[in-house]
Amino acid sequence: MTMSEVGTYAAAIFLLIGAAFAVVGAIGLLKLNDPMKRLHAPTKVGTMGIGSLLLGSVVISFVRGGSSIHELLIMAFLFVTAPISANFISKVIIHLRGCDETPELDNEQTWSTLVQREEDLVAQDKTQQS
Amino acid sequence: MKRFFNWLFPHPFLTLLLAVVWILLQNEFSAGMAVFGLILGVIIPRGLAVWWPDRPVGFRLGKMAVYICIVIWDILVANVQVAWIVLSKRNKDMQSAWVVVPLDLRQPEAITVLAGTITLTPGTVTADLSNKGHYLLVHALHAPDPDAVRDDIKSRYEARLKEIFV
Repeated sequence: MTMSEVGTYAAAIFLLIGAAFAVVGAIGLLKLNDPMKRLHAPTKVGTMGIGSLLLGSVVISFVRGGSSIHELLIMAFLFVTAPISANFISKVIIHLRGCDETPELDNEQTWSTLVQREEDLVAQDKTQQS
Repeated sequence: MKRFFNWLFPHPFLTLLLAVVWILLQNEFSAGMAVFGLILGVIIPRGLAVWWPDRPVGFRLGKMAVYICIVIWDILVANVQVAWIVLSKRNKDMQSAWVVVPLDLRQPEAITVLAGTITLTPGTVTADLSNKGHYLLVHALHAPDPDAVRDDIKSRYEARLKEIFV
């Protein structure tokens, strides 16, 4: 088997793995019943799914001779930004109480999403009065 | 001289990172592009320095590289485990739980990296930070023993991050 054949098969395997994890992520999104649990499914697609699809793309571009490493940058940017969107979604879920009761903290601390600011209370009073 | 250096390069590693990213974006290496990348790497951190005054003092690049390798390995392993949980377990058998992780880390940069790591490894998502920044709220998809998850995060990631950001 020549090098290019090995590369082609490797790229195919990477594509299959990536597609399989994307399917599992989609199944998880449909099957799980709680918003917080559902958030776990996209993190799999975002890391393994996209990661191995892009690896397949890198491998095939080296096989064809036009080496391309842009995919590594895409991966890096995805890995840096994905946790932030997941964090925002979970903050919204906590804010709307769409999840189990969050655990209490000692030392007069609370979760930053649940902090009641004075401005908020004033604004609430105003809307209630009007 | 040292003050001038600190003024020009508020975040030396950010300068390096921006230059490398710029060269990677070009997809082929040439001297002109490297110089332009370095120029960008000087201008952007200098312009942003106002909004990022408390830079981390010590940052160990070598240990960070080891840490990244460990995290990538964990992502691979955890992905397979979580895929199996999603496919095989019924919803009512899944014991999802909140895990409270008390933090020893105090630098915002280190906490950000820890929170990002927890979210990237499938099966755990960082949901929130306490208002004084001393606890992380983590949601675990299937954790029969939440304390084990907490200890795992503390010993595997936080202990290493404490050595990276000194």
